[in-house]
Amino acid sequence: MIKVLLGSNLKNFTNGVEEIELEASSVKSLITEMDRRYPGIADALESGFALAIDGEVIANPGYEKLADVSEVRFLSPLQGG
Amino acid sequence: MSRLHIECEINGEDAEFLCDTDESLLDALRDEVGLTGAKEGCGTGDCGACSIILNGNLICACLAFAPEAQGSVIETVEGMANEEQLHPLQTAFLEHAALQCGICTPGFLIASKSLLERNPDPTETEVRYAIAGNLCRCTGYDKIVRAILVAAKEMKQNPMKGAKS
Amino acid sequence: MSVVTKENSAKQSYKYVGTRPVRHDGLEKVNGKARFAADITKPRMIHGLVLRSPHAHAKILSIDTTEAEAMPGVKAVVSASDFPLPKKDEGFPHRSKNLIARDKVRYEGQAVAAVAATTRRQAREAAAKIIVNYQELPNVMTIDEAMAEDATLVHENLITKGSDSKTAKPSNIAERDFYERGDIDVGFAEADFVYEHEFTTESLHQGYIEPHACLADTGKDGRSEIWCSSQGHFMVRSATANMLGWETSRIKVVPAEIGGGFGGKTTIYLEPLAVKLSEKADRPVKMVMSRDEVFKATGPTAGTKIRVKIGAKKSGEITAGKAWLAYQSGAFPGPWGMVGGWCVFACYNIPNVQIEAFEIILNRPVSIPYRAPSAPMAAYPTETVLDQIAKEIDMDPIDLRLLNAVKEGDVQLGDFGGKYPRIGIKETLEAIKNHPNYKIPLAPNQGRGIATGYWFNIAESSSATINLSEDGRAVVMTGSPDIGGSRVSMAIMAAEVIGIDVKLIQPVVGDTETVGFTDVTEGSRATYATGIAVVNAAKKIVSKLRERASIMWECNLEDVEWVDGRAIHKDGKESPMSITEITAKAKKTGGPLNAIGSLETKGQGPAFSTQLCDLEVDPETGKVTILRYTTAQDAGTAIHPSYVEGQMQGGVVQGIGMALNEEYIYNQKGILENPGFLDYRMPVASDLPMIDTVIVEVPNPKHPYGVRGVGEVGIVPPLAAVANAIHDAIGVRLREAPMSPVKVLKALNQKNGKN
Repeated sequence: MIKVLLGSNLKNFTNGVEEIELEASSVKSLITEMDRRYPGIADALESGFALAIDGEVIANPGYEKLADVSEVRFLSPLQGG
Repeated sequence: MSRLHIECEINGEDAEFLCDTDESLLDALRDEVGLTGAKEGCGTGDCGACSIILNGNLICACLAFAPEAQGSVIETVEGMANEEQLHPLQTAFLEHAALQCGICTPGFLIASKSLLERNPDPTETEVRYAIAGNLCRCTGYDKIVRAILVAAKEMKQNPMKGAKS
Repeated sequence: MSVVTKENSAKQSYKYVGTRPVRHDGLEKVNGKARFAADITKPRMIHGLVLRSPHAHAKILSIDTTEAEAMPGVKAVVSASDFPLPKKDEGFPHRSKNLIARDKVRYEGQAVAAVAATTRRQAREAAAKIIVNYQELPNVMTIDEAMAEDATLVHENLITKGSDSKTAKPSNIAERDFYERGDIDVGFAEADFVYEHEFTTESLHQGYIEPHACLADTGKDGRSEIWCSSQGHFMVRSATANMLGWETSRIKVVPAEIGGGFGGKTTIYLEPLAVKLSEKADRPVKMVMSRDEVFKATGPTAGTKIRVKIGAKKSGEITAGKAWLAYQSGAFPGPWGMVGGWCVFACYNIPNVQIEAFEIILNRPVSIPYRAPSAPMAAYPTETVLDQIAKEIDMDPIDLRLLNAVKEGDVQLGDFGGKYPRIGIKETLEAIKNHPNYKIPLAPNQGRGIATGYWFNIAESSSATINLSEDGRAVVMTGSPDIGGSRVSMAIMAAEVIGIDVKLIQPVVGDTETVGFTDVTEGSRATYATGIAVVNAAKKIVSKLRERASIMWECNLEDVEWVDGRAIHKDGKESPMSITEITAKAKKTGGPLNAIGSLETKGQGPAFSTQLCDLEVDPETGKVTILRYTTAQDAGTAIHPSYVEGQMQGGVVQGIGMALNEEYIYNQKGILENPGFLDYRMPVASDLPMIDTVIVEVPNPKHPYGVRGVGEVGIVPPLAAVANAIHDAIGVRLREAPMSPVKVLKALNQKNGKN
């Protein structure tokens, strides 16, 4: 089971729930499962997001495999100067 | 409106160009003569990126009118090196990484050249005040000041070889 | 004084990494030949000029360009009707609404129309003939005004992101972010001391000396070539194409040398206007902003209001941290409040945390990144309160920070998430503690301040191509505009892998049609990410060279080693062969020797800087003079130490400007009163001492040479370092930046009972 932390921006789709648990073997299937539970969340993510997978930050996630992963945290897109 | 025909000396050579009566010397050098080393950073004489030497005086070219160049002697960054070598200031700036983006560099080179011609042995404070009219946003001035002090020392020991105006 | 300290276990001996060769593009930068965007010309070129709003907030009732179009020399005029809104804005959302005003102008200086004419004078005279009918509206210029219940709305239908969309009504609050960890009530209850204070900073500008400039040449084939000053030409291509509704293949962008960016050139302002004007006029169009326009209509950084509450035990252990942050986004929303929330407590491992951050819309130009955007303003409160705690418990401020500093494995705060990888915060603190400057005695009215800063750094995509010449030289082409001397670092890294001298390598920055896609030079990413791409390409080149040697020696590939730029036969059966001998025979062994490295990188690791500021306050005038300034920063590995030092020093001085002088000053009508370098006072050489640097090297395990991005974090500590030093000098805490002489004097007089 993977613990998924949604952050304050996505909880509008989940009625305030910020932490969920689910099974997924890849980022793509994780989002599909999230959208099944909370319709519309996949579209909201289209405008950009980053992920922290077990603490490692991925700036442009999409197709990463999730093997032996315990925590996935959704972040807003990163920006520098 | 007809344009004025200006004749002057630039970097040791005879030069001539056409300009409007109210055109700045900076615009004339960049657009008419093709010397784009001097830059416009502000257009109001506050940043020093357009520094040139006019009749031996350090000025902001954006504050001078192009017709003022008539019969004058102008020195720009393009004339600092000669056939034999780079100016010691140019060499020092390169060796001491005294530039990052390089936009302010021509202005600093001219301003420090003017300083060393007046005061060949400046203290760090004298250098800092002499270049206070030149803005740099990249370096924090540390390496620029060091480069100027190194060049001053070098110029005292080894005067520049080659023809100069 | 400059020092490089290396972590013992990481002492590597490199041949070229860590040396200080003269940069390859140096000569043209000192002899006036380097071509910046405003220096570029094309035959038959004409000049474009933007007409800008004189009002901070107004409806546009009508625009009439007929008289302007008939003026002498005018070849084209454009306005919003020439730029239908794209379905989705590429990169920065709202860019197409910001670049040219549509129904409303939302800040003084916003572009309303643009004209192209044969001379600049003719363009000016024509622009003056464009008739715009405005209906002025009340303006909103401060965070308090914008957040008020009855505030005038800059956008009539803006609902706060992160709020309950069913019940929320429109406001000027674009976003609210909230993050909690542990239980702050418990945390504050455990504390022996709790401090709560409010801090404000003003909007200010990146201050690059080169104004935005571009030259666009649109041909009858529908393609446009753009030369421009930008931190990212691939971004220019996609953003311009997006705003015009064109395929990216119709646009080629060539990066001119760039005269400073610091984040302010990570978006576009002029390019779509120039491309369209060029299309209509059938002439190349050059557009150069004036300094006035740069201040009014580009992307300054956010002004802020931040309240922090920090609790600590007598031991110095911080038990709780609460932050309320409001960031000025300008006329359209950005992520600045959220980013501030990521940074505010990022240096310290605090068990109980609550962070609430707001993005505020006002009638000001749209904020875009400025060197570690949002971080300096967020570090200011935390570092100042830590100083208070240190004084309260009589603990060395560095020891207080060492006690609480984050370490590898700690979870990062805020929505940012992630765990800290190998980092160098403790090493930077120790470097300052052990520095001789820390022990120099101080005289009356002199004070010493310490502060530490964090920046997360980004990584993103880069491409690099390496082509070998017939005589064994290499051209290394990347797509990262060189804003601080990065191209010489690319040559150094390639030299280290290939084993030939840096002087035999020519680093170039390719355009959008000659090099592979590369993200913007920002977020301290170039030496890290583009460096990885260069190393990847260089390793492929070395593989190919070994392969060619094995062909020439008629042996197995496994028998060929590559050492110091030469092929060596493992068993000594052949004498070593130089790269030149191999490239000379390239045609016989398979053809040209080229390689590409391209990847989306990650693992960049955050940067930390600890700084020490010694200053003197003149009690009669309130003037602050910096006496000594020392900065210690973890660079991972310094590829070219001189340019790492340069980044550190440049960041510090911008931070000092932020702390002492720089601010945007608007009047009641929302008009900027100081859009020039005289009254927008940036530090000059006579304001400053030498900036002493300590490069701490705690190699980043994710980069082949251990690089950690260095460009930004230097600007984060100075606000607090200066404020803490002022307190040490005269016993007043300044919580409003800039800490100008007027403010210092007022605080001093209040303290002494005078008014």
